[in-house]
Amino acid sequence: MTENNVIEVSELTRKFGDFIAVDHVSFDVKQGEIFGFLGANGAGKTTVIRMLTGLLVPTSGFATVAGVNLFTHAESIKKKIGYMSQKFSLYDDLTVTENIRFYGGIYGLSGSDIRNKTGELLNRLGLTGVHDRLIRDLPLGWKQKLAFSTAVIHDPDLVFLDEPTSGVDPVTRRQFWDLIYEASERGTTVFVTTHYLDEAEYCDRISIMVDGRIDALDTPGGLKRTFGVSDMDEVFVTLARSGKKRTQGQGSDKPAEGGIS
Amino acid sequence: MSVTARNLRKNFGDIEALREVSFDIQPGERFGFIGADGAGKTTLFRLLISLLLPDGGEARVIGLDPVADYIELRQKIGYMPGNFSLYPDLSVEENLTFFATIFNTTVADNYLLIRDIYQQIEPFKKRRAGALSGGMKQKLALSCALIHQPEILFLDEPTTGVDAVSRREFWDMLDKLKTTGLTVVVSTPYMEEASRCDRIALMHRGQILDINTPEGISENFEGELWAVKADQRYPLLKALRSSPYAKSIYTFGDEIHYTDRRDAWNPEELKSWLESQGLTQVCIEKIKPSVEDTLISLMNHGDIDGGMESTETNDEPGKNR
Repeated sequence: MTENNVIEVSELTRKFGDFIAVDHVSFDVKQGEIFGFLGANGAGKTTVIRMLTGLLVPTSGFATVAGVNLFTHAESIKKKIGYMSQKFSLYDDLTVTENIRFYGGIYGLSGSDIRNKTGELLNRLGLTGVHDRLIRDLPLGWKQKLAFSTAVIHDPDLVFLDEPTSGVDPVTRRQFWDLIYEASERGTTVFVTTHYLDEAEYCDRISIMVDGRIDALDTPGGLKRTFGVSDMDEVFVTLARSGKKRTQGQGSDKPAEGGIS
Repeated sequence: MSVTARNLRKNFGDIEALREVSFDIQPGERFGFIGADGAGKTTLFRLLISLLLPDGGEARVIGLDPVADYIELRQKIGYMPGNFSLYPDLSVEENLTFFATIFNTTVADNYLLIRDIYQQIEPFKKRRAGALSGGMKQKLALSCALIHQPEILFLDEPTTGVDAVSRREFWDMLDKLKTTGLTVVVSTPYMEEASRCDRIALMHRGQILDINTPEGISENFEGELWAVKADQRYPLLKALRSSPYAKSIYTFGDEIHYTDRRDAWNPEELKSWLESQGLTQVCIEKIKPSVEDTLISLMNHGDIDGGMESTETNDEPGKNR
């Protein structure tokens, strides 16, 4: 692995039968970078994320995540990364403290580490007063902060955020991005997907997947210059429409993609 | 009026899902409820279509009372719920026939109304609905909601979780329906979709904060809104937050949106100050507030400190579905 790259992917491919979900994809993600991973529904984003998180074995290519080879040691990736999605993050029927203990446990922290981390997190997030409340009784903004904090409780090099702000109000969404900025400043690499294209602007670099391939990868400003447009929405629509034409030209339509979330 | 609502109220235990909501929707209008999860959109739709009973207030939908006249109402409205609610084990064609049959009609009798939409999925009519892509599921669900020629159509978050291209295509489909004069009531969490509606209601925590046209909604934005740019965003954000004059500061695409506490102030001074903080390529300009700016401003309304922290301490717990 090159010194500063947390993710290195080269010619990564995944087939399901005859269908090529991910088609020779190559990219690197640097330490501390906020990397936006965009694409239309069914473009292959979820398949890439499942491979990078060790949940799905690639068909061919080469990839390392946090220095771990995806083909040979996929299982050990899971200890080195954090993962959070909007749909599945915290257990509603457990209290704040129980959720922290649970995530600390599955990420392999020792009992004393979990106790220390619990105190530290409750303090930092201002949740000390509600530590024994059930998650379902907490406001959305608090849940989001806690979900993010539990995803990085083991201080991973890299955290995957799969549509973390889906359906969230504009104020809470921005609070969540503050957490992302802070984590990035501490050196944590953030790999994030979103359907909100204004959030794409908040990333250091963005890749856009179309039909299993990465058709564009640059800074938000670079992409807008390349496509001669004023916002990311136009970049995305231009690219994704080109993909649709390609697909329709072949007279095929893809089935729905299975997700981990 | 196609829909009138007066002081509609609904509680779930301690949670006030809807608090005294009132509005009117004109015939033929496309009316959008804009708000995040937990704003009360789905609860409101369920009250209007007779799937929930209100705890207070009353409503009329195409002249009918959703409480007293629910049997008649259900035959005359079309409803597309937020989660995919067709039968995944039936084919595209079977789903459509099923919905036509339960409304005592046939696909052939109503084909004209759905033709533009259904033609796009007709090549896959033998495919199981569960095996369709997201965009095709949407088209099928819309076809099924229209097959009995409803007098009004309720679409609850039809574009949530859908990518930006498919979202645009969905609104384009609705544009085609517009020519039929059908009233469409739609909800969405995506602020930029507001512009596709004739009028919108901004919802937050069970209340309607404002109702207006998408262009007119920013009339209620308090003060002047400024867009600030510099070479590095996060340092700029932190610098602006340390300014004693800042009223509200938040990221917005590649800009930071800023309002000042003072009635009169000089942007050049702010620019110089930011440059003294080590920022370069600073650019400040006055802009017209968007729908999202207006919602953020209304959400923070009444809170002197404005800012990002204000809304979270009294955020509505739980969700409404």
